[in-house]
Amino acid sequence: MRHIGRLRTCKEISPMNRLLPRLLLTPAVATLFLWMIVPLVMTIYFSVIRFNLMQPDQTGFVGLENFEYFITDPSFSTAVLNTVILLGSVIAITVVLGVAIALLTNEPFAGRGLVRVLLISPFFVMPTVNALLWKNMMMNPLYGVLAQVWMFFGATPVDWLTDFPLLSVIIMVSWQWLPFATLIFMTALQSMNREQLEASRMDGANYGQQLRYLYIPHLGRSVAVVVMIELIFLLSVFAEIYTTTGGGPGDASTNVAFLIFKQALLNFDAGVASAGALFAVLLANIAAVFMIRMVGKNLDK
Amino acid sequence: MARQTLFTPAYALRTLGAWGVALLLFFPLGWLLLTAFKTELQAIAIPPELFFTPTLDNFHEVQERSDYLLYAKNSVITSVVSTLLGLMIAAPAAYSMAFIKGKYTKDILMWMLSTKMMPAVGALVPIYVLAQKSQLLDTQLALIIVFTLSNLPIMVWMLYSHFKDIPHEILEAARMDGATLWQEVRMVLLPLAMGGLASTGLLCLVLSWNEAFWSLNLTAANGGTLAKLSAASLMAIAPIVIFGWFSQKQLVQGLTFGAVK
Repeated sequence: MRHIGRLRTCKEISPMNRLLPRLLLTPAVATLFLWMIVPLVMTIYFSVIRFNLMQPDQTGFVGLENFEYFITDPSFSTAVLNTVILLGSVIAITVVLGVAIALLTNEPFAGRGLVRVLLISPFFVMPTVNALLWKNMMMNPLYGVLAQVWMFFGATPVDWLTDFPLLSVIIMVSWQWLPFATLIFMTALQSMNREQLEASRMDGANYGQQLRYLYIPHLGRSVAVVVMIELIFLLSVFAEIYTTTGGGPGDASTNVAFLIFKQALLNFDAGVASAGALFAVLLANIAAVFMIRMVGKNLDK
Repeated sequence: MARQTLFTPAYALRTLGAWGVALLLFFPLGWLLLTAFKTELQAIAIPPELFFTPTLDNFHEVQERSDYLLYAKNSVITSVVSTLLGLMIAAPAAYSMAFIKGKYTKDILMWMLSTKMMPAVGALVPIYVLAQKSQLLDTQLALIIVFTLSNLPIMVWMLYSHFKDIPHEILEAARMDGATLWQEVRMVLLPLAMGGLASTGLLCLVLSWNEAFWSLNLTAANGGTLAKLSAASLMAIAPIVIFGWFSQKQLVQGLTFGAVK
């Protein structure tokens, strides 16, 4: 009898076995490559020509003019800053509150199943509806629920979208992603070693110590997963801004994705929008490198 | 493992706290649900009316004005077709990465995920131009292609992490017994991977449905038609929220790429 491991190494040398994985991988890699490279090449091309949808007669090579225009636009630095603030705040809020809620619901209590269902619901709400819901029903300064609560306590209602536009967007996006973080942490806590917890309690550890030495270290891996997935989805937050503040007032709630949209569809300048898109690709790549460094290792374990 | 003291103060506090948080987070959706059954006047009443006779008028009007059922049907078709198509492309790739690991497997996986990080607006102009040139603009086929491709990286990742958990030895054993690749996949791998395939498919259905429903023009309604807006929103999210309730376990498992057990 030959050893299985040995058999495998023999099989791997055969040409059929070298061909098969490539054959299976090709459809996915090829389509994704086309999906990435075709728009990318077109975007690079558009970014160095004059391409305004309203002035089709103006054409020609303009070099880096579009990039200069996009980057020197006063909205640009605000948009980058807003993107980073939005990402950082939502990730921080969802991780901290998510861990807290997961710990709170970790032990059995009456109606736990129903609480779980209520908690996860916002995650399935599509971004447009999320934005409309908060804009019209929660944050409206006249008949919004928050205004009613403020008035009940004798305070002047806040016009959220005008006075705190970025904060409002952060609240909406956090509301949508908190359930996701909570559920992942809940799932992770379920797999904790019960006996270890019991033993630590026998040894006289209080809840704070258990939290610090058992619960939090156990959650490390799932925090990495949450950060990674939210990073992917939150870099391109768009519907929430488009539907509520329209990036304003001024540029107060404009992120990079929205700024590109503004150039493309409000100024009809596809050339500048393409330059901006290339910048967004760069930003995504920086985030990807950061992600692989921070998270990739953690996932390998 | 029976507990000696079930109703301790800590237990009561925990129950109250958990229910409080859950109701608070669910509140906006509950409010949407209530508003959808109000008349326009009741919807903007100050202070808000909590007790009223529910009406279905809003739903009828939304259906008449924008033919909700047609939108729903189209969304279901695009979501289902793009999910099935995606599974057909992603599953072989994930199989090969999980079971015939090569030198560049990890790099290919990371590269795939990074294509997902490009903001959709970034590719807006080229995709629009391409769709226009190929006469696909405003067709279902264009939507299906876009959804399939944009969900593909996530599908490959999820399937890869599910496949990775299947012990190699089982497949080896089948091969030793003389099973062909097709028999191995159909009789050994497929039954074991069913859960993974299901949760991947579910998640992509949710993502596609949420994108597809953009077409139902919700934004046109303004503050003056709050009740109708609520009804339209409710009709857009209800199928997927209810669907989500029933499949939450598989969905979460899938989304963590199998990294959290």
